[in-house]
Formats: sequence, C-alpha cells, structure tokens
Amino acid sequence: MTKYSLYGKMVLYALLRRRSRMVVALLAVAIGATVLSGLVTLYYDVPRQMGREFRSYGANLLLLPDGDNQVMPEQAVQLAAGSLPQGKVIGMAPYLYDRVLINSQPIMAAGTDFAAVKKVSPYWQITGQWPAPGSGGAVVGAEVAELLRLKPGQTVTITVPGAEQEKKLPVAGIVHTGGSEEDFIFVELPLLQQWLGKPGLVSVAQVSVQAGEGELTAWMQQTAGTGGGITPRLVKQLTQSEGLVLGKLQALVYLVTLIVLLLTLICVATTMMAVVTERRKEIGLKKALGAENRSIVLEFLGEGMVLGGLGGLLGTGCGFYFAQVVSLQVFARPISFQPLIALAAFGAAVAVAGLACLIPVRMATGVEPATVLRGE
Amino acid sequence: MNILELQGITMDYGTVKALDDVRMTVKQGEWLAIMGPSGSGKTTLLNIIGCMDKPSGGAVILDGVDLSTLSSKGLTAIRREKIGLVFQQFHLIPYLTALENVMVAQYYHSMPDEEEALAALARVGLKDRARHLPSQLSGGEQQRVCIARALINYPALILADEPTGNLDEANQNLVLEIFQTLHREGHTIVTVTHDPEVAARAERCIVLGHGRIAGEQRMCKPAPEGRPADNKEEQCQCG
Repeated sequence: MTKYSLYGKMVLYALLRRRSRMVVALLAVAIGATVLSGLVTLYYDVPRQMGREFRSYGANLLLLPDGDNQVMPEQAVQLAAGSLPQGKVIGMAPYLYDRVLINSQPIMAAGTDFAAVKKVSPYWQITGQWPAPGSGGAVVGAEVAELLRLKPGQTVTITVPGAEQEKKLPVAGIVHTGGSEEDFIFVELPLLQQWLGKPGLVSVAQVSVQAGEGELTAWMQQTAGTGGGITPRLVKQLTQSEGLVLGKLQALVYLVTLIVLLLTLICVATTMMAVVTERRKEIGLKKALGAENRSIVLEFLGEGMVLGGLGGLLGTGCGFYFAQVVSLQVFARPISFQPLIALAAFGAAVAVAGLACLIPVRMATGVEPATVLRGE
Repeated sequence: MNILELQGITMDYGTVKALDDVRMTVKQGEWLAIMGPSGSGKTTLLNIIGCMDKPSGGAVILDGVDLSTLSSKGLTAIRREKIGLVFQQFHLIPYLTALENVMVAQYYHSMPDEEEALAALARVGLKDRARHLPSQLSGGEQQRVCIARALINYPALILADEPTGNLDEANQNLVLEIFQTLHREGHTIVTVTHDPEVAARAERCIVLGHGRIAGEQRMCKPAPEGRPADNKEEQCQCG
C-alpha cells in the first residue's frame, strides 16, 4: 500500500464512517451545483431564447430615408441590411406607403414583401390566408375591412390618385394586430411601386435582428455617415425592454446562485465542524503520532474535495436536466449541453466544499493531543 | 549514556504547580517506571517528555536535543522521529485495520511499508489479526497493535501511559512480557503506572508526589537480563 492509497483510504473511510452526515453535506453540495449549473445554463441560453421571443414582437430596427426624403432606394436598404451581423437577421420587410381611394374613401396603402412580413411580424393574425407570391392578392387591415365590409375572397377596387385606372385585387386575408396595421391595406411591393411610379423605392424597412441594444447601437455608429441615403433607428421600446428583462434576469440568476452557494457553504462547513468535533481524538492521535498540521489539513481538504467532487458531478447532471425541463416548459425548445458551464459548476462545487472546510480545518489544527488523549 | 535528561522541570496551570523542579535522567536501554497517586503529575510529565506539552520552566534534553528550544513544528518532528507512544485507551483509528493502524505511523513518518508493518504485528503476536478492525479485536490485542504502532519507526524512547490500565490479568501479563522483551532488546522505556506489579517489571522506579520526585527505587534485578524481580521484598517499593 502506497502513501497515496493509504491517504485515499483514510479520506474515503472517514467519509463512509459518517454516512448520514456526509449524505446531508453531499446533498447540500449537489443542490448548490444543480442550481448553479441549471441557472447558468438557462441564463446562457435565455438571451437566445428570449431574443427569439422578443423578435416575435416585431422589428427592433428601422431603416428610414435620410433627412426630409420620403423614400429611399431599395438597393441601399439591402446593402445596409447586409452589413448587419451575419446570421442574426431574422428578416427585413420593406414598405412603401401612399394614400389610395377605395369606394372614394382615402385609405393608406402599403406595398410590402409578405414573406418577409411573416418573419418580421409573426404576431400578425390573418383571417383567411396570406396572398400567394405573385398572385396580386391583398391583405386588408381589420378596421378597413370593417369599414368597407370586406371579407377574404372578395375583390377590392383601388384607385390610385393621379391614375385614372382602377385596380381590382382579390382580398386574401384580413389582418388583426391591435395596432396601426389594421388601418392599412397591404399589397405586393412591386405592384404599388408600379402604380405609384416609384420603382425600386421604399418608405421604410423594418428589420428584426437577434441582437441587444448595445450591439445594434454599435452597428449604427459604424454605419453612420457611410452614405446611401439611409438612417437607421432603433425601436427603443423593444430593444430597451429586451435589455431590461435580460438585465433583471441576470441579476436574479446571480442573486439566487449566490444565496444557494452561500447556503451550501454554511451547510458543508457546519457538517465538517461537527465531524471535526467528533474526531478530535483521532486528530489528536494523528498529531501525537507526528502528523504535521499540513497532513491534517490535507486529509480534511481531501474529504471536502471528495464531497465537492461527488456533489458537483451529481449537481451538474441534475442542473442540466433542470435547465432542459425549464427550457422545454417555458420556451418549448431544448437546450444544448454546455461543457464549459458543466466544468465551471463542477469546479465551483469543489471550490465551495473546499472553502467550507477552512474553518473546520482550522479547528482541527488547533487540537492539542495532550488534551484530547488524556486518560479517563 | 543518558537518552533523556530533565533539568528542573516545572509546570504551572495558573496558581497550581503540576510539576515542581523535577530533575532526572534516563539511560539508553533503561526501563523507568513513574508512579504516584492521582494528580501527582505523572501524565503531565509524560506529556512533556513526549513533546505533547511544553513545560513552564526547566529543560528537557532528549537524545541530545533541548526540547525547550523547539517550536511546535519541531516538537512534532521529535515526536514523529524519536518517540513511540502507548496509550491506556489504545487510541486506534476505528475505520482502519490493525495493519493500517500501524502503517499510519509510517505514513506520517516517511513511507508506509506493509511488510514492515506486518513484521511489527508479528512481533506482538498479531500477524493473523492484521486485517481485522479494532472493533474485532480484544482489549489486549488492541493494546498490542498500539505497541506495534509505537515500535514501527524505531523510536529512541517508548512512552507508555498506563499501558495495562484497561486490560485483564492475562492480557496485562502478555503486554508486560512484550515490554520486557523490548527492554531486553535494548529499547528505552518510560512507563507511567499506578500498578506496583507493572512498576516491578521496570529497572528503576520514580515516585511523584505533589509534582515533585518523592522517591526513587532501583529494582534488584535489572530487566536487561530478562527476568522480573522474583523477591517481593526486593521489588519496587514505590506503590
């Protein structure tokens, strides 16, 4: 038997001998590691998940014409959108606005790309259906539909001011958003551009980007003054809400993790203090046999490390399971295993258990063999 | 040659003088018994000799080293290198086998050596019980494991505090025979006891009273010849 194997046996058997105490300490470490691993995994994944959720509330970036211009080139819009962080653009919906007449009533018309609208504004609720690409179909806002008593499948006659010709379009669907979209009639962008004689021009582009306020602001600063007749503007309400929610979530994660780790520390420290008190004679004997304080410290730290290691392993596994369940329940999406987070949670569990041993170890080194080994 | 020399040792616990100007020497290979009534300072003296306590005054010279000049770490090293301790309560680690209990002393000294530890157990007649836990051993067997542990690092001095205090007569004799064998082999032994039978096996006996040396008796037949004193009248009168 080598020095290391005897050390290992002493550490392991000392733990096994006080099973009930050690199971309590082990559970404390495991719960701490579970919360740490679970919350951090969730926190790592939540911005991504929340970002997707927030993106369902619509565009967070607008591209507008420079200065007093009413329109801007569609090509410049594409160029600007192309410089956004790769892979983070959910969609970009261009709009061209103008007033048209329907049954002699002025109604706002918007030409757009319906496929892009589906991505940028997934909150649109359509009664009927989206127009098929190239079908020339229209989507009518709920308010307009009510005013004109339009239903999906009917035909709407539109007159463009300045052009005497009337345009007849099939109504594919009625849109309900609870917002200003309900006062519009939406047609395909090329159609309206052609009617208005504004080919290749748009009034605004709504962009949905999976990025925080800081990242978007940095991008805006980068693109400012590069020309192209485009002025980007953040949809502050959305970007700030997203940042606010994530910030609060982050604070909550930090706070809960800190409290749980502190409780773990207290639980393990209390258990180890009780163990040291129970083992005063054994410590005294070892010191009488010539054990230096360093050896006693190493033995108790070893016990702490084993507790931390086992609890950390158990907790890291449970933490991932916990995060997976929460993610599936709340976001209906699975999360991926993050080895670095697992490693960090395991390391933190070992570190907390080690730290919790410091006070008991100090107690252990203070044991006087002459006092504890005194004959009875 | 003196292996141990006490020069005017005093030990104060507040106003209580546990030891008062104790002076004595122990020769290499000698077996000394320290006797005295309860509270006479026997265990305090043994703790000081065993480097587990520091005296309030005086000097302890062990194997040429003045213990009073040593730090706590230095005293630990002396305990590890030069002293073998035998306790009345055995003090074995309950979750380790007899063999591992012996190896623990090696562990703190240098390196555990299973063969050597087994040989030490064989020497006290416990080779067959090497893999047993202390709870599976009788009191006498536990004390013999304790003696094997005390011997394993070849100490210059064996200190035994009431080594037979918890044993029945048969086991007491067995343990004392081991001590006699060790003495014959040249080991230096200091035994604290209140039992005249135990003291009678020693070569010399010192009596403590109120922290002072109250008397000293040399046995008529020194132990290195391998025999306890036969004549009761010539035995230690300390008790």
